[in-house]
Formats: sequence, C-alpha cells, structure tokens
Amino acid sequence: MSSPARYTPYHPRWHRRRVSVWWWLEKGSYTVFVLRELTSVAVAFFAVVTLGLVRAVAEGPDAYQRFLARLGTPLFLSLHVVAFVFVLFHAITWFNLAPKAMVVRIKGKRVPDAIVTGLNYGAWLVLSGAVAFFLLRG
Amino acid sequence: MLERLTPFLWLLFSAGGTVAALLFPAHLFLTGLAFPLGWLDPPSHEVLLTLLRHPLTRLYFLALISLPLFHGAHRFRYTLYDGLQLKHLTVLIAVLCYGTALAGTALAAHALWSIPG
Amino acid sequence: MPETVTLSVTRYRPEQEGEPVFQEYEVPFRKDWVVLDALNHIKDRLDGSLSFRWSCRMGVCGSCGMKVNGEPKLTCAAFLSSHLPGPIRVEPLDYFAVVRDLVVDLTDFLHKLKKVKPWLVRRHEKGVAEGEYRQTPDELDTYKPWSMCINCMLCYSACPIYGLEPGFIGPAAIALAQRYNQDSRDQGAAERLEILSGHDGLWQCTFVGECSKVCPKNVDPAGAIQQYKLAAAAHWFKTLLPWSAK
Repeated sequence: MSSPARYTPYHPRWHRRRVSVWWWLEKGSYTVFVLRELTSVAVAFFAVVTLGLVRAVAEGPDAYQRFLARLGTPLFLSLHVVAFVFVLFHAITWFNLAPKAMVVRIKGKRVPDAIVTGLNYGAWLVLSGAVAFFLLRG
Repeated sequence: MLERLTPFLWLLFSAGGTVAALLFPAHLFLTGLAFPLGWLDPPSHEVLLTLLRHPLTRLYFLALISLPLFHGAHRFRYTLYDGLQLKHLTVLIAVLCYGTALAGTALAAHALWSIPG
Repeated sequence: MPETVTLSVTRYRPEQEGEPVFQEYEVPFRKDWVVLDALNHIKDRLDGSLSFRWSCRMGVCGSCGMKVNGEPKLTCAAFLSSHLPGPIRVEPLDYFAVVRDLVVDLTDFLHKLKKVKPWLVRRHEKGVAEGEYRQTPDELDTYKPWSMCINCMLCYSACPIYGLEPGFIGPAAIALAQRYNQDSRDQGAAERLEILSGHDGLWQCTFVGECSKVCPKNVDPAGAIQQYKLAAAAHWFKTLLPWSAK
C-alpha cells in the first residue's frame, strides 16, 4: 500500500459504455428534465416579445397598433400558446424546487418545503393580480 | 475566466428564473393571448406611455426583459453542452448565449430611456 | 404467486468476450426474498462464476448497488415481489467502468471523495482541558441528513451529468462536503469551496434531481448542492465588496 490508488480510465479490459447523445430519451425523468430545461427557449422568446412591445410603445401609437396586430396573427398566437404552456411548466417546477435551494430557518428550525412553495404560489397570485390591475386599467 | 464568473451567472440565472416564474405567466397570458384574441381590451398607447414614463416602471420592464434573457441564456447554454454534448464549442456557445442576453438588455435599456418624460 | 422467477443478469468476462451479455437464470420465488438473495442463490447453486459485491445485506454498507430493471437500487432492498413479472434485469451501475459481471470500479469516486476533505477541518484544535465541542440539536439537524450517506453510489449512477462529464465530482462527494461545511465544529468551508468552485465542481450540476430520487438513505444530495451553490454565490458576492477580506 505504498502508492496511492490511481484512477486508470483507460484500463484495457474494463468495459465502459458510451453515453449516447439520446441519453435523455432513455428514461422518463430525464426527458421531463430536458423539457424543463427547454422552457428556457420559451422564456427567452417572451422576453424578446416584451422587448418588442417596449420598443413599439417608445416608437409611437402606430408602431404600437402594428405590434398588437402582429401578435394577433396565427403564427404568433400559436407560438404564444406553446410558450404559455412552457412558461407555466417553468413556474411550477421553479416553485417546487425553490425550497431545496433556499432553506428558510426560523429560530433554528427549518421551515417545511411545502410552506415555502406555498408562499411562492401566494406571491405569484398577488403579483399576477397586480400586473392585471396595471395593464387592464385602460 | 468564464469559471470565475460562474457564481455571478448563476445568480443572474436564479434572479431571471424567479422573475420569469412570478411574472411571465400573467404578462404572457395578457399580451400574448387575451389581448390579441379580444378576450380583454389591451391598454391604449397613452396609458402604456404614461406608465413607462415613471422611472420605476422603466426599471421594472428592464428587469422583466433582461433577467429572464440571462436565465434563458444560462439554461440553454447548459442544455446544449449536456444534451447535445457540444463540449468542444463551449466558449462559442457561452459567448453566443450571454452575448444575446446582453444585446437584449442594451436594446431594452435604449428603448426604455428613449421615452421622453 | 409464481414458483420461480427469471433473472436476466449482465455477464462480462473480459477473458471470454469483448462486450457484456445477458444470461438468464431461473430462481425460486419467495415473497421475502430480495434480488441479493436471488443472486446468492445463483452463485451458490446455479453458477459459481457470477461476481458481485455485497456485505451487510441490510442497507447500511452500500456495497450491493446495482441496476434492477434499469433503476439504481440496493439489491438487498429490492424485493423480488416488487419486480414481478420477470424477467428481472440486473445490471452493473451506470457510468462506472465494469471490471467483471456486476462489479464496477470505484476508484474514481474514492479519489473524488478524498478531494473534498470529508473530515472536520480546524484552524485551531481545542486542547483536552478546554472541554468537548458542544453542538445543539438544531445545529445537528442542519447537516444530519447529509451525514447518512453510505457511499453506495446509486446517485452517481443516476446522474446524467456524471455520465456526460466523468470529471464531475458528483452528488455524494459534494453532499459530504456540505455535511462538513454545515457542521458547527468545522472551519474548513473556505478550503472546500476552493476545490469545488473549479470546472468539475458544484457548478456542473444542473439540478436534474435524479440523485435524490434514488438515494436509499434520503440524503438529498440535490438539495445539498443547490444550497451550496447559493452559499458559494453569496460568498462570491461578498468578495466583491471593497471592505471584505479576500
């Protein structure tokens, strides 16, 4: 036992299975994980749409009307339906996973995960209401 | 160099993910579905302009656009890296992803602060 | 309840074949038998050449980890009755090099475990006359789940990132690093962070979460890593402040 154990990744008689590029299709939970990660595309998409909205408003009333009309086309409506599903999936998985990363302790005792998730959903409701209030005033 | 930025990029990712989770469903439902489909009346241009004149609203929209862009960039970067195993292109992917997010941020800031008032 | 059940077991005999093959064995079905019992029956009565690791047969040693019907499990905790009807597939853990049959090479994990310094690190050791290190039950609760790890490596076999990036330090090692970071008696958090902030460290994790799902001891390595990320990011933020000592 004089020399420390050395990792020999290329030991000739040991068998190493190559990880296929389709690894994420081999197990249901892996596929769900990749779908969760792909919500990033929907999130980026809507961020760009919001950017477009802000630019249209800054440009003037005609640009704004044109933008609204663009949003009504079948292409954008279908993109938004898909994006909405993915954004919801992002929100739900995010709230469920949040207590794993952010452990809240009150007087040394850990607050149960379900409460942290519940508080997140509560904040979601309140903020969604506020957004609707500001955007639906006229 | 990218390695030393990782904690910062992760913080941006987390902030963006939180913003997207809490605010995008409502914004998307209204702007992308309810208004174009006529279920609810969209705000008029004047109303939006009045809202956006306020500095806090400008900051709100900057955060609403920029942070989710960084969130998406960070997550998409890792998806390309792990999912498609594009390890050899790691620097290029990082530059493209975060570069896009930066560009979007710059455009948003420019548009938001070009509104007079 | 059937009389017998078929096990489809991976055989890899490098002196005979270049690739692993499946071999089927029919073993008696007993409702209290686990897969490990079936494997031992095979070795004792049917085919003495089958190689596999096991020890305590009660879920505390971490030796008998294998894939049962595609899921990483402790074979001493996987009941035959839960995996009916057969054939029940028994394979070696994923993402490790297979030495023979169901035996995998663990050197990589052991090397990584040592790297994260899984022991109490003190800048200054208290003398015996100063008394013991005291810890409240709440302080113990902070790290207790992570101390339950039995090094069975099911989490590595479930982690796709470990499969794609063999250099990744991995769920168990990082969870154990956190176990010591969060131990009130430890003073080694900075040293460990130095090691784990690197390319193969905790930032490789994308919170797939499979590791926590397969863990037989409810260690929740995924939670440990996410909390560690938050702590590392907070630490990074503090080093930016001009008045902080780096």
